[in-house]
Amino acid sequence: MTLRQGFDPLTLRATGLACRRGERVLVEGLDFEVGPGRALLLKGPNGAGKTTLLMTLYGAIRPHSGGFAFEGADADTASFMHLFGHQSAIKPRLSVAENLAFWAAVNGNSASIDAALDAVRLASIAWLDAGYLSAGQTRRLAWARLLVSPRPVWLLDEPTSALDAQGDAMVAQLIDAHLDQGGLVVAATHLPLALRDPARVTELRIGTTP
Amino acid sequence: MTGFSAIIMRDLRLALRSGGDALTLVLFFVMIGVVVPFAIGPDRELLARLAPGIVWIAAFLSMLLGLDRLFRTDHDDGTLLLLRSAQTPLAAVALAKMIAHWLLTAVPLIVATPLLAVMLAMDMQGFMRALVSLLIGTPALVALGAVGASVTVTIRRGGLIAPVLILPLAIPVLIFGVGAITTGPGPDQSGSALLLLAAISLITVALSPFAAGLAIASGED
Repeated sequence: MTLRQGFDPLTLRATGLACRRGERVLVEGLDFEVGPGRALLLKGPNGAGKTTLLMTLYGAIRPHSGGFAFEGADADTASFMHLFGHQSAIKPRLSVAENLAFWAAVNGNSASIDAALDAVRLASIAWLDAGYLSAGQTRRLAWARLLVSPRPVWLLDEPTSALDAQGDAMVAQLIDAHLDQGGLVVAATHLPLALRDPARVTELRIGTTP
Repeated sequence: MTGFSAIIMRDLRLALRSGGDALTLVLFFVMIGVVVPFAIGPDRELLARLAPGIVWIAAFLSMLLGLDRLFRTDHDDGTLLLLRSAQTPLAAVALAKMIAHWLLTAVPLIVATPLLAVMLAMDMQGFMRALVSLLIGTPALVALGAVGASVTVTIRRGGLIAPVLILPLAIPVLIFGVGAITTGPGPDQSGSALLLLAAISLITVALSPFAAGLAIASGED
């Protein structure tokens, strides 16, 4: 196997993890392990706790019980994760390029802004105010934030929502490329992602189906 | 450009492009100065004696009203959530936003102070002291406000809760702010009042970014 090791290997390990939102415990007794170059797909009905689990992994919500750990060299640094959530965190009054330049500066960039915009096919409208973008284009811009500052862990919440068929393929390609580099992906999604190699994808079903 | 200056630049740019906000605050500030002479009558001596207090009450209320905007938009569009994983620590994020907020709210007020001074019949010396007092005192208001705003940012319609929360804490700023302008009766203590005001500003500005950062970090939980 030809693995281009872009990132230091990193493993996410959860034991007996239970997550709560407010007073309600949503998921309990989760045990999983995601290694470098692997993806974990969270499946489950609405309200099952997919987003809550992602927010817990992100560190925004404390786990109810149990625990999880990112093990690896990068995990000691303060910022090794990207969250791609429902909110795109795009300022409508800033141009596409300015929005991205802000995140590049705040997150610490090592990739070029033009290249990231090119990858999500927004390069031709980089000068446009982000408020004029369509819903799908806004999501593409949010994707560019992940590309402009490479980080090993991606937490994706419905990464393909509002995107067209071409956008779906783009997301699958970006995730594949990320896994190729030894990155780690945890994604909550309803739609199947057309990933190249199903062997490196694990599915985790949470919540009870009625 | 570092993340710290990027946040300041972005906030300034956003405020300048959407405009209006700073102007409304200045109008509110000046309006209090306009309304007070109507309320207490055109007695120039009485007005001049009350002027320090009125200037500070006007500044105090305008600053409090603008508070909620400090973190609100960034929280509502998800920026604050993503800034947790930024290379810039949350305390630095809070400090950068405080600096931008001070530049956008306090500086316009200070620039508009001459208007108020004319309407309240302040003399030149009193006006200069008022300028210095506002310049030194307003950072403390922003610092205290940042703590209040960060604590209440997750409350969906928390618009006026932050001002009410920090009002008691901001009373010393008001006392020494006014004290730094008034000279009589009795011995002139405006110098020491100004020093105490500066001390309050320095301490609150030094501590509040950490408190605000902590409040933001535990806000989602």
